[in-house]
Order: sequence, then C-alpha cells, then structure tokens
Amino acid sequence: METISKEKFRRIQIDYKESEKIARPQIGYWQDVWRRLKSNKVAILSLIILVIIVFMTIIGPYLSGYDFKEIDSAKINQRPSKENWFGTDELGRDIFARVWKAGRVSMVIGITGALISAVVGTMYGGFSAYFGGRVDTIMMRIVEILISVPYLLVVILISIITDSRSLGTMMISLTLTGWCGTARMVRGQMLQLKSQEYILAAEALGVKPLKIIMKHLIPNVLNVLIVSISFDIPGYIFSETFLSYIGLGIQPPNTSWGALASAAQRNFIFYPYQLFFPALMIALTMLTFTLLGDGLRDALDPRLRE
Amino acid sequence: MDKILEVKDLNISFHTYAGEVKAVRGVSFDLNKGESLALVGESGCGKTVTAKSIVRLLKEPPAEIKEGSKIIFNGKEDVVKMSKKRLRSFRGEDVSMIFQDPMTSLNPTMTIGQQIMEALMIHKGMQKNEAKKETIKLLETVNIPNAEERINHYPHQLSGGMRQRVMIAMALSCNPKILIADEPTTALDVTIQAQIMDLLGELKNKFNTAIILITHDLGVVANFADKIQVMYAGEIVERGNREEIFYKSMHPYTWALLNSVPRLDTENKEQLYALRGTPPDLILPLKGCAFSSRCEYAMEICLERKPVETRLSNTHSLSCWLQHPDAPKVNRAEVLRGEMNE
Amino acid sequence: MTRYIIKRVGYMLLTLFIIITITFFLMHSIPGDPLAHMAKNLPEQIKENYYKKYGLDQPVMVQYVKFLKNLITEGDLGQSLRYPGRSVTDTILEHSKVSGRLGAQAIIIGITIGIILGVVAALFRNKWPDYLIMFIAILGVTVPIFIIASILQYSFSVKFKILPTTGWGKVKHTILPTIALSFGSIATYARYMRSNVLEVINQDYILTAQAKGVSPFNIVIKHILRNAILPVITIIGPEIAGIFTGSFVIERIFGIPGLGSYYITSINDRDYTMIIGTTVFYAALFVVAQLITDILYGIVDPRIRVSEKDE
Repeated sequence: METISKEKFRRIQIDYKESEKIARPQIGYWQDVWRRLKSNKVAILSLIILVIIVFMTIIGPYLSGYDFKEIDSAKINQRPSKENWFGTDELGRDIFARVWKAGRVSMVIGITGALISAVVGTMYGGFSAYFGGRVDTIMMRIVEILISVPYLLVVILISIITDSRSLGTMMISLTLTGWCGTARMVRGQMLQLKSQEYILAAEALGVKPLKIIMKHLIPNVLNVLIVSISFDIPGYIFSETFLSYIGLGIQPPNTSWGALASAAQRNFIFYPYQLFFPALMIALTMLTFTLLGDGLRDALDPRLRE
Repeated sequence: MDKILEVKDLNISFHTYAGEVKAVRGVSFDLNKGESLALVGESGCGKTVTAKSIVRLLKEPPAEIKEGSKIIFNGKEDVVKMSKKRLRSFRGEDVSMIFQDPMTSLNPTMTIGQQIMEALMIHKGMQKNEAKKETIKLLETVNIPNAEERINHYPHQLSGGMRQRVMIAMALSCNPKILIADEPTTALDVTIQAQIMDLLGELKNKFNTAIILITHDLGVVANFADKIQVMYAGEIVERGNREEIFYKSMHPYTWALLNSVPRLDTENKEQLYALRGTPPDLILPLKGCAFSSRCEYAMEICLERKPVETRLSNTHSLSCWLQHPDAPKVNRAEVLRGEMNE
Repeated sequence: MTRYIIKRVGYMLLTLFIIITITFFLMHSIPGDPLAHMAKNLPEQIKENYYKKYGLDQPVMVQYVKFLKNLITEGDLGQSLRYPGRSVTDTILEHSKVSGRLGAQAIIIGITIGIILGVVAALFRNKWPDYLIMFIAILGVTVPIFIIASILQYSFSVKFKILPTTGWGKVKHTILPTIALSFGSIATYARYMRSNVLEVINQDYILTAQAKGVSPFNIVIKHILRNAILPVITIIGPEIAGIFTGSFVIERIFGIPGLGSYYITSINDRDYTMIIGTTVFYAALFVVAQLITDILYGIVDPRIRVSEKDE
C-alpha cells in the first residue's frame, strides 16, 4: 500500500446539515409541471394546434372575404378553389368562413360548458365533502341518481322542453347534469386529502383551517380540475355535435361544427369535401384536447415526479 | 462446505430520467449450502436490488446488471447468462423468494391452494390431485390450521401472518436450495414477527435450505443468521459471522445500526440512537467513503479516497479508514451500549 | 350478498320512479297545445273529443296517477299523439328488437376486440403495436360516430359496393352499422384495459408468480388477465348508454327501423307520449343494465363477494 501522509488522518467536523440537504436542484411545483409538460412532445404539439384553431376561430371568418351567411345561388356546391378555399355549400355559402364561424360557437360551448361544470361541480363537491355525514350522503345520492340517467337523454329532454335553440338554453341543457362528474371527483379528492396524514399533521400542529385549504386543498383540487376541464371541453363540443345532428342544436343562420357536419352528412356521398372540413375540425379539436388532457394529467400527478 | 452461490463483483445500475443510478457497486459474497446469510442496511442501500438480481427479477431495463458481474449457482451456472427457459425452471425450483408485504404479494383472484399448486405442477409435473395433497401437507408444515379448508380460501380471507406462512409454503414447495426472504416480517405485527422468524429457522433445518434474509433490523437477525453483511450505499461495508458483527464489529455504520436496535436489558433509559443525515445520492459520482458524510469519526482521507477492505479474521472484514495504522484509535466499548461489548 | 342485491334493487326502483316522474312533469310543463299539429284545422267538437281520449282535459296530477297506474299494472305507456290508435308500448317493443340486435352485436364486438387490443397494447408498451392501437383508440373516442359511419358507408357501399348502403333484414345489413356503433366501445375498452393491465403488471403478486417460475404466457393468462378484466365489467353499464345514444345516429344513417331512429322521429314530430314512453324505456334499460353489471362484478370478484358476506 502506498503511503498516505499522516495529516490525512486528522478528524474532521461533519456538517450534518450539509448531508441532509438534497443534492439535486429543487424546483417549484408549477415549474416542475411545466417542465414535464414541455418534455411531452405530443401534448405540446396538441397545445400548438389548439392555439392555432382558437386563433382561427377568432380571425378566420374575416379572412376569405365572404360573410358566413352570404348566399350565392350562382355557385352552389363548388369544390375547394382559389376563390372559396374550402368550397361552397348547397346554398353557395363559403365553407371556409362558415367553418371558423361555426368553430367560434363550438369553442364557446365547449369552454363555457366546462367552466360552468367546473364551478358548479367544485362548489357542490366541496360543500358535500366539507359538511360530510348526512348532508354528504344526501347530496351524493342526488348526484348518483342524476348520473344514472344517460346524459344525452337528459340533454335531449331539456332541449325539447326549452324549445328555444339559442346558445343560452343549449348551455342550460348541456350543463344541467354535466357537472355531476366533476362534483364527484372534487368530493373524492377532498375526502382523500382530508384523511391524508400530512393534513392531519397540519391540523394537529394548529395550522389554521383557511391556511390548510389554501395551501393543501386548493392546489390538489386544482390538479384534478385542470384535467377535468381539458376533458370536459371536447365532451361538450361532442354533445353539441350530437344535438345538432338530431336536429336539436344551433339553428340557422347561426351554425356550429356539429350543425355544419350534420348538414353536410346528408350530401356526403356527392360532396364529401363539405363534410371533410367540419369533421376534421371536430376531430382535431377533440383529439388535441384529449391528448393535452392526458399530458396534463401526467404532468400534474406529483406521484410521478422523478 | 459447498458453495451454493457465489456473487462476484456485482454492479447494478438503474437508468432513470435524471441519469444513471449506481444502486449496487461491486458486491461480492458467498453462500454455503444450508447456511443463513443476512443482508442488513437501511432502505435504498441496494439490498433488495442485490436479492432480486439473484433471481433476475429486476426489470431490465431500467435496471442493468453490468458487464463482469457474476452470480454463480451451485459452482457452475452463471445466473446472469442463463437462458430464459432455464431461468424459469431456476426460479421456484432452485431459488425462490418471498416478499415484504404478504397483503400484495398473493394474487387476490386465485385461491391460496391454486397458487401453491401452480408451483408444484410446473416444477414437479404433478397432477392436480397429487398437487392438492402436497399443498395440504405444506400448509400443515407452516402451521396453518384446517389446511384442507384453507386451500379454498382467497388471500384476503387470511390474516397477514397467515398470508406470509402461505408465501413461505409456496416458496418451499419445490425444495429450493436457496430461499430469499426480502424483509419477510416488516409488514407484520411484532408478535407475529417472531413466529415467522422461528418458522423460517425451523424450515431451514428441516429442508436444509440456504436462506438469504434481507432486513433493515439487526434485531431480527440476532438469533437467526450465521453470517451477516452490512450494506451501505450499494456496497458491503462490513461482513462477519453473527458473533463478529454483534460483538467485534469495527465499522461506524455497523455501530450505528447496533445502537439503533431497541433493547430490553439496558438499565439506563437513554434515548434510542438515531443516525443523522441521509445516504448519498447514488446518481452523483462518489468520492471517498460513502458513509463519510454521516460518520462521527470521519477524517480527511475519508472524503478523498475509498477505503480498502481490511481482513480481521477468515470471516470478518470491513472497509474503513479507521483500520489504517495511522488512524486515531476509537474505543468500541465507549461507542456501543450494553452487552454488545465483550 | 342477498341483502346487497335487495338494497340495490330498491335504489334502482327509486331512481326509476324519480326519472319517470320528472320526465312526465317536464313534458307536461311544455307551454302550448300538445295536439297543435293536428288540431289546428279541426272543429272544436272533435278537438275536445281528442282531448278527452288522451285525458288531456284532466288536471296533470290525475293524468300522472293514471299514467303510473297503467304503466305498473299493464306496462301500458299510452297512445301515440301523432298516430292515434298506435300503442306506445307496442311500438317500443317492435322497434327495440331491431335496436337490441344491433346493440348486442356492437357491445359483444366492442368488448371482445377492445379487450384484446388493450392487452396487446399493454404487453407491447411503447412499441409500435401499442402506438398503433392507441392511435386507433383515440380516434374512436374523438371522432363523432356519424362521421365514422359516413366514411364506412362511403368506402364500403359507394366506392367498393361490397355492402348495402341502407336497409334492414339480412346479416349484410348489420355489418357496417355494427362496426360503426362498436368503434367507440372498442376504443374505450382498449384504453381502459391497457391501463388495467399496466397496473396489474406492477403488482407484487406478478413478481411472486415470476419468482415461482411461471411462464410468461401463463403469467399473462392466469395472473394478469383475470385481475385486469374484472374491473372492465364495471364500465359495461356506461358503455350501454353510449351504444344506444350512438344508435340514434347510426340507425338514421343506415336507414334501420330501430327504436333510436324512431325516437328521433318522435322528437322531430313532438309526439310527446312517444317521447315520454321511449325516454322511460331507455332510462329503465340503462338503470337495469347498470344494476346487473354491479351485481355481476360482485359475483366475479372474490374480494367483494366475501366482504359483502361478512357484512
């Protein structure tokens, strides 16, 4: 063995704090979420496509130079061309302008629907979990009954009753029971958190309830909410499409993707391009929201943190 | 004595997003027929990884058994190089394993009888009836009452201790040469713990099975292991037979482990010893002794160079700079409480 | 278990009662004359006769009690407003035979193919079969059913002329609608099954089976599949709802005389008695299906089976 100088065998003081420090760099929660989302290429691509679609629904209707309800009997059912980029429909209306105008309606339905069910669902689920006991049992029994009726049956029924086909009444019929899923999820999450040891520990340490709610409950519920919103938006767009298809949706002259697709479906065999564009937009929006939702769920779940 | 297992320079890494984690670093040891060996260390020290690699149960990837690692079974076969087919007969027939949590390690949708019979039918080619009889016998061997009725029960109908007995029965069903028990008592009540350890000891003698016991608790191995190896940060830092580890150990980490075992016989009601600090992050390159950041006796050299192994007897050796002639002497008796001093 | 079933049946009846009541009163709260479409040009006397015939001259409460009584004692849901003399119950039963066959085919195909694809995807995790299957699955969940149906119809009936565009009666008529209808189910089951299998694969008991020396094939068949398939039963209920809302659309596109297309016709006709009857029928079907899947799950999963017994 080679010789080692005696100096080296001097005792040294160990700084325990040093070794208890975690050697890897620490990053904040939301920073970490963003980092993980960023590394998910599919989710980021979806996000980019979504931003483009949303942007186009805002400016798209003005780009082609045609108004979406402008009827031109001289050019009915024309294929996509230089003048009409997506072609024209059976009344000679410009499909490009119509697709983006319709997209605006569909997006508004999707986003408001998801926000309404998020707010109502969180409040309902939160109250139920907060009060617990009998109140909780009754509130949840009501939700169970509402959920046990097929969603689209309720929507159809309410649409028949309200009979007016405005955006407002349609939102009512779509969201009337649509919030139930969110309510259940929020309640589940809250109850699970309430019994979690770190919450109990915080309570035992005398942390104020408000602080517990702000610091522990809200961020954790926010997780499930963000994910549920990103899945609810395409859900509502989908339901609106269905309603329009069976003739209970948005009425002319206004239009939505569902209404466009439904009208085009009748002439599909002769003019497939008329269905192609609205169908593509519906599918693309649904797909990108779903993929983004998947990505968000993975990014937000702290258990997967590495 | 015949060596049933020789592990030579075992290196295992996990490839994670953050980088390569060197979980096991240059571990070597032998196991003789019918012998019991304990691998002791805190969680994350690589003891479970070592154990799983012997049966090749690590998920590869992300795990990787590094080039040059050898796990020789029965003097001739290298487990690292075994074919998939041979591995299947090797597992269960030659080596079997039981796990920490008997709640989750039994299939919830199969009766315990079916699960034990499965092993018998695979390895011993038994027919159903024969396997059933053998299963009842096995359950009786591990002291499960009403074995004939119990074989039709599902795991959740049994208590934790019972389930662990079932796991043991299953593991021993084909008379394996080696049984690996990964923290077999950690998830159980203290009273049940002793019963399970007694049962293991009894069966070891009865079947002449070598046992590798993995635990974080030196108290568990006190009456059980012939040989003890203390692991820290993926390395074996001290090894010896039971007497040597309990009464002659020289590594500060072993001392820390000994001091953290609760004892009934100490007069003074002093606080239980708790080792401060956390083990090093195995992603980072390690310089010097892995334990140096937590060691009360650390010297400058400990931070700079890895200690070499010092042999104290045929069976007892350790890796620590305190063994160097120039190092200041530490009085073992002062460090350790109670009767662990001679 | 018996107690559990009785409790569940009780809840189901309560739910059904609430659904029937709400549907009835909602439909009767619609402003305007339910007979408007036919009574417009009729003399006052005949109009009144119609009102009497349907009991519309009586207070809503009385109508409701009568409706309930007829439903419970005779299974009678009244008569169509649009087509006087046509029994709602008979119409539903007649049309539901067609829809039932289509739905059953779609569910069986959806479950079988969905489960197989999900298992394959999980076993080839992050390899091309997984990516391909998950791509198809995500299309199935995100593309509206009438678009899928249109594409199928266009390619197999119009372009290649292999299968008929519309109609009902022969097996070949059911092929395209069944595929279109099951597409969503296939997608849902494949996604669900994949995540189940991945979860089961990471369980300790799979490690135990490996340590026992069980072959990979037997690990998949005996240990993974059984544990992964059991929870699938619980999503059969919601899937049935999806299948029959899907049938509203599919039956129209393929010109199938099923209950779904009849329901949509009734809605467009504002045939209120038909709408109430069909809604109640669908709701009952769905609630019963849910109950059956719950009980079935209790029977096949030993964990639930026993804990209920101990209760």
